[in-house]
Parts: sequence; structure tokens; C-alpha cells
Amino acid sequence: MTEVMEFWNAFRPALGSALVLVGAVLAVIGTVGVLRFPDFYTRLHAASVTDTAAATLAIVGMALLAPSLAIVVKLAVVWLFLFLTGPTSSHALANAAHTAGLQPMIGRLGEDDGGSQ
Amino acid sequence: MGYFLGLITVLIALWLGLSWDYSLKPVIASLGAVSIVLSAVLAYRFDILDREGSPYGRLIQLMGYWLWLIVEIFKANWVVIKACLRSTLDINPALVKVKTGCESDLARTVFANSITLTPGTVSVEIEGDKILVHALYEEAAGPGAFDEMDRRSREASDGRRKS
Repeated sequence: MTEVMEFWNAFRPALGSALVLVGAVLAVIGTVGVLRFPDFYTRLHAASVTDTAAATLAIVGMALLAPSLAIVVKLAVVWLFLFLTGPTSSHALANAAHTAGLQPMIGRLGEDDGGSQ
Repeated sequence: MGYFLGLITVLIALWLGLSWDYSLKPVIASLGAVSIVLSAVLAYRFDILDREGSPYGRLIQLMGYWLWLIVEIFKANWVVIKACLRSTLDINPALVKVKTGCESDLARTVFANSITLTPGTVSVEIEGDKILVHALYEEAAGPGAFDEMDRRSREASDGRRKS
């Protein structure tokens, strides 16, 4: 049992750092999507990658790196807060755009259609 | 009364979790107790202590739903990540109307929030029992695509329908 704990304690920082790194890469990917997608609604989808997967992985990684359980609890509360408020703000944005009469681009879009918005 | 006790329990758990002070020194503990009681009384006075403001009676079912939803979110993330990184932009956005079987406001909120939380779909508007959904890929929002999520969010927040 102590060997397992020793292995876990040696392995934990590496795993935590890797997860934080993957989360950061996902955030960059989400940003690339926001820049590449053609209109407001599709950009919202790219941003939601940053909202969900990137935030989750970064927070799990930070929890693995955390020195005490108190910080893990706080991170869990932050994660819960993100997951409850993220969709609310996305929905508010989409609903505001829809109410203001912004028409989404519909149908298959290639590279030619994009970027000219 | 059950909602009130549920809210008090959750507030105490939140306070203990955030302050991480189990020595219960009189000053700090009494400040915590006062803030908890004040929040609970304010919630009661604002009349938001109902099954939406304090849905802790269904916590276990909602947690189970959430675990399922996290797996779905990661599956959907993969699709959107691939769409972001493809060398030639290839997306097929669509606006679709999704009919929901959720009856209570809580179930509808859970369902619409789940749609928004899943990358690739955003709920834009709710009209009656129909939700307007914008999807990155039309295929991902075809008929029946949201049936399982609809059923699970309804069962998690309202319980199984008596048939």
C-alpha cells in the first residue's frame, strides 16, 4: 500500500502538469476556432470548447497539483460555478443575437464562404 | 420546510468547505452561522425556496445525470475540436426546433442548459415546449438526436413518468 502511495505521489505532479497543459492547448484550439469560424453563432460553438473541456482539464490538473484538500474543495466549487454559469451566458448571447435579428449562416460552408463576414 | 433544511445543509457544507476551519473558534463560527441563517431567511423572504431554488432532494439523480452529461460533453468536444483544426473549413450549421417532453421549469432548464453545455449545440430560444437550437453540424441535431438527453434530464429532475 505504501508503495502504491509513493508511486502515486511521485506520479501526481507529472499527471497534473500534463492535464493543465492539455487544457491550455484546448483553450488555444478553441481560440483558433473562434477566429476561423465564419459567423457569430458558429464562433459561440468554438468558444464552448474553452468553456467545458479546457476548463475541466485545467481544474482537474490543478486539483492534482494542489497541496491540500482545502484547495481541491475550492477548485471543485469553481468548476461547479463555471458549469452552471457558462451555458447561461452562452444562451444569453445567442438569445440576444437572435432577438436582435441576426440571421445565422445555414448550410454547408467551405473555406470560400468563410472569412468574408 | 424540507427545502429550507436542504438549503441550510448545503450552505453549512459550502461554508465549511470554503473556510476549512473545523476548530470552530467562537468568533469565526458565529460569523459563519449568522451569514448562513441570514442567507436562508433572505431566500425564504424572497420566496425562492421551492423545488427550483433548492433542488437538493433530487441531488443523487441530478449527479447521476451530470456524470452521463460529462461523458457526452467530452464526446461532443472532440467533434468541435476536429472542426476547429481541419485545414479546410467544413461545417454545416443549422437552426432546428427540438420538441421537449420536459414539463416542469426545472427539467426544461436542465435540458436547455445541457444542450448549451454540449459543444456544437446552443439553445437559442424556448417557445412553449419547443427549443430553438443552433447546431454546428446539422447531422448532430437531426430528429431524435436529443431524445436521450431529453429523457434523462426529465427523469433526473422530475422522476420517472408514471405510465
